[in-house]
Amino acid sequence: MTNLLELRHVSKTYSRGLINTKSTVALQDISLMLKEDDPTIMTVAGESGSGKTTLAMLLLGFITPTTGQIIYRGRDITTLQGDDRMAFRREVQAVFQDPFAVFNPFYTVDHLLTVPIRQFKLAKTAAQARDKMDEALTAVGLRPEDVLGRFPHQLSGGQRQRINVARALLLKPRLLIADEPVSMVDASLRASILETLRNLQRDHGVSIIYITHDLTTAYHIAKSIIVLYRGGVMEAGDVDRVIKSPQHPYTRLLVDSIPWPTLDQRWGSDTIKAREAGGSGTGCPFRSRCPMVMDQCTTQPPLYRIHDTQAAACYLHAAHPSIAADRLTELLPTRAAAEV
Amino acid sequence: MNIQTLTKPVLDVQNLVVTYYTDAGRAKALDDVSFTLRAGEKLGMVGESGSGKSTLALAMMRMIKPPGRIEGGRVMIGDTDLMQLSEEQMRQARLSRIAYIPQGAMNSLNPVTRIGAQLVDAIRSHGIRDSRSQVEERCINALKSVDLDPATFRMYPHELSGGMKQRVCIAIGILLQPAVIIADEPTSALDVVTQRQVMETIDRVKDQINAAVILIGHDMGLMAQFVDRVAVMYSGRLVEVATTREMFTAPMHPYAAALISSLPNLENKGVFQGIPGLAPSLLRLPGGCAFHPRCARVMDHCKTVRPVTRTVRGDRLVTCHLYDAEA
Repeated sequence: MTNLLELRHVSKTYSRGLINTKSTVALQDISLMLKEDDPTIMTVAGESGSGKTTLAMLLLGFITPTTGQIIYRGRDITTLQGDDRMAFRREVQAVFQDPFAVFNPFYTVDHLLTVPIRQFKLAKTAAQARDKMDEALTAVGLRPEDVLGRFPHQLSGGQRQRINVARALLLKPRLLIADEPVSMVDASLRASILETLRNLQRDHGVSIIYITHDLTTAYHIAKSIIVLYRGGVMEAGDVDRVIKSPQHPYTRLLVDSIPWPTLDQRWGSDTIKAREAGGSGTGCPFRSRCPMVMDQCTTQPPLYRIHDTQAAACYLHAAHPSIAADRLTELLPTRAAAEV
Repeated sequence: MNIQTLTKPVLDVQNLVVTYYTDAGRAKALDDVSFTLRAGEKLGMVGESGSGKSTLALAMMRMIKPPGRIEGGRVMIGDTDLMQLSEEQMRQARLSRIAYIPQGAMNSLNPVTRIGAQLVDAIRSHGIRDSRSQVEERCINALKSVDLDPATFRMYPHELSGGMKQRVCIAIGILLQPAVIIADEPTSALDVVTQRQVMETIDRVKDQINAAVILIGHDMGLMAQFVDRVAVMYSGRLVEVATTREMFTAPMHPYAAALISSLPNLENKGVFQGIPGLAPSLLRLPGGCAFHPRCARVMDHCKTVRPVTRTVRGDRLVTCHLYDAEA
């Protein structure tokens, strides 16, 4: 079985300036695998500054890893050139957070769709191009006659975001990186965009990496989840297990802070320690905020395998066998058991 | 709920109407909005983009700019009608009687001025002539009350995280102990943990100065966790006002019901239930009830007869023909 995408011990460090040489570790030793013939939806979750967007930028090839390799279909993406690079650009697509910023207000929305068609020579004639656009827009639940020829300001945020998904779909990608695709969209429209994404995976065989801080939507759309904190994996596994029974104190804090729309699930009463700015130091990155911090937390804990589909990097679970960071993917289910 | 019937409201908004005069026609952004709020009470104002939530906040602050105009209505704080004040009196009333924390407030801090100077400025511009050390102490107390280190006083905005900047804005909002605080999507750009911290901060300072809080947003989950009463807006009208418990257990207006059932929770995994259709343009509102083209329980006269807002079942407000018989 070949791998669509493989991350081998990827780290990214940002260093600041010439004089102040203190550097920030944005991602630390991440290893992941996505299989080619088994499309899945994987969530990468964490708060601001956890390295989520750095991961998206790395996967899209916008920045290069400080150490480690990103392998796309057997090739390191930093060495891709010419046609291979174009193929990578076509097959790995992105949907970004802000549906307002990606449109040029001087062009009609058609521009966003015609540019990739021209760039990747997807159509020979204008009529063929139009058919492709219609097909992609219909697939995301928009009526082409409603949106084509209109300017971005004439469309709602939800419509714009769906056009972004349509643009990605047009190129028949293998992998979609969705970086907070619904966080700026009205709650009532989130459902339809998430459904569009799920249908992409189910009907078009597109693997999706869904990057978010919102565990509610992650729970609904994804099969597996990786929780990041300051660039390190805190907990990973089956999305049902991780959200219903979080084992790492950080995941517990995240799950506890979800504003569930039900009255019998209130926010926890524990006070939250504010995040300290600046250096991460050594050891568990969460230890300065952790309510259960122990002496041994000053050294970095390995991932402990708590269940077949759940692992947490915390000494509270030291009784379980530890697992090497690069074997993390083995714990991540690609399909939920209940799925038909 | 007993407290509500005993105390006099601190804020009483009556028949507020705001119209935007655009080239394409008149858009009624607020259509006869009335509600009251008591000291210490938290009201959530929810609705889709363009439903008039932010216009309502701006109208209460008298900050509607042309082509918009406040066409009528009263905004009473205690015994003062804000609509009758002179421009200078209104400037004094902002922050000291009614404070507004706008959407994306954290980006409104001046990047080249220290936090402290921005707090002192807010106090001085309201004609308070205390000594410099007294003013400074007051500012530092405000920062402490939102859980910020007194050292923040000497910092610049870029030295703070998003959540800390948002808390600075809350500190400015409470400096002069207003009777009403309006927070417009105070946490929309923040992650869940920071969101919870910011909301808990608002809750605590609200108790300290016994202010009423209006929280504007579209996240029903946040409303369930935070507010006492929820008001749902649609196309510039209040379609339902109820206590949070009533709203989440038995919503009356079909739009409110659809909003609540579209929310993901732990039980309905994988079920995506949006609200069909789009919010109508204010320039071309459908006849009768503005929600009728999207309504699951639409009746014939919904298409022609405009429903009026009625008080039903105690103190709930609802604008829907389904409850005509009850009123």
